[in-house]
Amino acid sequence: MKPLDFNVTCPIPISQYPNVLMAHGGGGKLMHQLLETVFAKAFSNPILDSRHDSAQFNVPSNKLAMTTDSYVVQPLFFPGGDIGSMAIHGTVNDLAMSGARPLYLSCAFIIEEGLPMETLWRVVCSMRDAANKCGVQIVTGDTKVVDKGKGDGLFINTTGIGVIETLLEITPKQVCQDDAVIVSGDLGRHGMAIMAEREGLAFESTIESDSAPVHEVVLDLLKGGIEIHCLRDLTRGGLASALNEIAEVAGVKIAVEEKTIPVREDVHAACEMLGLDPLHVANEGRFVAFVAARDSENALRIMRSHSVSGNAAVIGKVAEKSSPLVTLKSAIGAARILDMPSGEQLPRIC
Amino acid sequence: MKYLDEYRDAELAQKLAREIHRVTTRPWVIMEICGGQTHAIVKFGIDELLPKDITLVHGPGCPVCVTPLEVIDKAIEIAARPGVILTSFGDMLRVPGSETDLLSMKARGSDVRIVYSPLDALKVAEENPTREVVFFGVGFETTAPATAMAVFQASQKGLRNFSMLISHVLVPPAIEALMSSPDCRVQGFLAAGHVCAVVGYEEYLPLAKTYRIPIVVTGFEPLDILQGILMTILQLEEGRTEVENQYARAVRREGNQPAQELVRKVFKIVHRKWRGIGEIARSGLGLANAYAAFDAEKKFGLSNHSVEEPKECLSGLVLQGLKKPPGCPAFAKKCTPEHPLGATMVSSEGACAAYYRYRRREEKELAGAR
Amino acid sequence: MMRVGRINFGGVFKEASLAYVPEAKVGDYVIVHVGFALSRVDEDEAQKVFEYLKQMDELGEIQGKEK
Repeated sequence: MKPLDFNVTCPIPISQYPNVLMAHGGGGKLMHQLLETVFAKAFSNPILDSRHDSAQFNVPSNKLAMTTDSYVVQPLFFPGGDIGSMAIHGTVNDLAMSGARPLYLSCAFIIEEGLPMETLWRVVCSMRDAANKCGVQIVTGDTKVVDKGKGDGLFINTTGIGVIETLLEITPKQVCQDDAVIVSGDLGRHGMAIMAEREGLAFESTIESDSAPVHEVVLDLLKGGIEIHCLRDLTRGGLASALNEIAEVAGVKIAVEEKTIPVREDVHAACEMLGLDPLHVANEGRFVAFVAARDSENALRIMRSHSVSGNAAVIGKVAEKSSPLVTLKSAIGAARILDMPSGEQLPRIC
Repeated sequence: MKYLDEYRDAELAQKLAREIHRVTTRPWVIMEICGGQTHAIVKFGIDELLPKDITLVHGPGCPVCVTPLEVIDKAIEIAARPGVILTSFGDMLRVPGSETDLLSMKARGSDVRIVYSPLDALKVAEENPTREVVFFGVGFETTAPATAMAVFQASQKGLRNFSMLISHVLVPPAIEALMSSPDCRVQGFLAAGHVCAVVGYEEYLPLAKTYRIPIVVTGFEPLDILQGILMTILQLEEGRTEVENQYARAVRREGNQPAQELVRKVFKIVHRKWRGIGEIARSGLGLANAYAAFDAEKKFGLSNHSVEEPKECLSGLVLQGLKKPPGCPAFAKKCTPEHPLGATMVSSEGACAAYYRYRRREEKELAGAR
Repeated sequence: MMRVGRINFGGVFKEASLAYVPEAKVGDYVIVHVGFALSRVDEDEAQKVFEYLKQMDELGEIQGKEK
């Protein structure tokens, strides 16, 4: 969403306070005004509108999925998204990884004193739009303001609740030998979009974050009768982390092939420049699926019919039940271990 | 990417590998000098494609790894001074000094900044005229032209708040030190392509002659490394001891003259201590007297003191190619990238880090079997 | 001495000093290290690696036939 024309489409409702003050978190008049005119107005729905300490609702099934996440990204706005839309998509995706249909979200904001009200409003509108697109409602929330210097602008915490309507149990323990490993799209965009902003790299056409909701693809896969054993979204630590975590819990050896893993040319180039491995870089709208071997062709077809997973690809398979290991067949045909990234990625210079 | 991807072609790599198998009739020990080459070999699994008779040993071509403990401590001392901005390449931040490292200093409030180029450090100095800015200049002959330019420009601009902590090292003296060691079993060298892009390869001619070894200037992509290995083996099989240039697309015999000129102007050759190896005479670069004002050691009055390495760290033996990382008892147990005992585990080009990332489990089993 | 080039790394653009490659012109490929172009890539030499491999192929064929 281009920030330039923002004021024209979404005029800010609070004009007399250009910046968030400590008092906006104080529980009094100013906070009430902030809640009413900013959050409640943007996220309005019958449950939220009841203005109670907790949200009350029925759910269609008694198997639920619940998740919680905190978002502390810097910068707050980046090509392809912002902390707000990321928060909504991230939560929705975590629920989708259990095969759940996301329903309700809570949102807690920790705001640093002095944050421009304009910035807060932009984030809130972005969340409203993302939530509407995903068909979820924000039904409860919290607001705190911390002293200047103690907050990095804005932190967002969410909790999400979804309903599981499939009988399949989708967890790492279900992974078995010969399962096909399918990645939902090209890797490394989100992490590189952020790094590019931070490092001042210019690209021919800007690398945009891949932050997007994937629940519709997952629900479609379930509708299509695909025997899904496990799903994992690829966030911090990238594909390498996800595969290693699953190998560990499932007690399996996973073998993937570098040639089949989709990475866009400019993301690849940016990684080369900064000495990063695209398989370790964060994503925000990508997941890996372990499906029964006989369903892999259909799964791929269904995934490719959605734009968010348009270049989904089979990248390998579960080799055997053994001590946990993830191996990668390199571009020139030799095998090596694909390890968890260690610590924070520092750009290699030398 | 042009000039990159085509050098990673699987079919051509296999072809070169087959040719290597065809011409190898005896065991040979070859050392690659550059950390970037070590990294590529382990990452792409190049050594897996080679016949069992060929042993690749990894040499001291990682400038981060060979920077002495004392110098890291000096950088930390500088970073600790109030008001100082210490700028450095990213790699150096996690290298352990005797007590701590630059990353921890940063976490504790020191102003330590990662820069991509020494010119960025210069910019920081210009933008912060009231603060002392120090650049931690580490690297081989490839990096020296960049630091030289930064010092030269600082001098031209009359900057008073900029200085450098220099720890540049030179490759040929290291080769000599290795070859003169009685334990040395290296029979051929792959010389670092980018170092030679700067200095050319004239300096290697007397080395090849004196020690009677083939030296092949080699690039960094899989096809380059495989071709470099093939050329070295052909020389060994035929009993030749010449200097050849595999990386001819980037390296000329005379190297880069303007770069060499500025380096000669700004730096002078000094004795340097190499971590894990010891002092090698005339193996480093220090600032020439005309540029002494930019020497951080003088400016901050840093004293020279000797420091002991942790006993368990065998990085010295690894750097000399006398031990492979999995052969170290601390490898992957007490020593990991998260809590490294030595620089070879931290630097992205260190042999230990490369093995840890790509090879750990298999090698442990093999090492146990040896 | 201060000439700067805009370098295209496969779609990523970053500036690098051209002080050490005064003969470099737009369209040339260069080796860049810590913000400095250090060497121009010689296209003819670059091709030689592949020609060498092609030659190996032809040699291989002849040897095969001789056996």
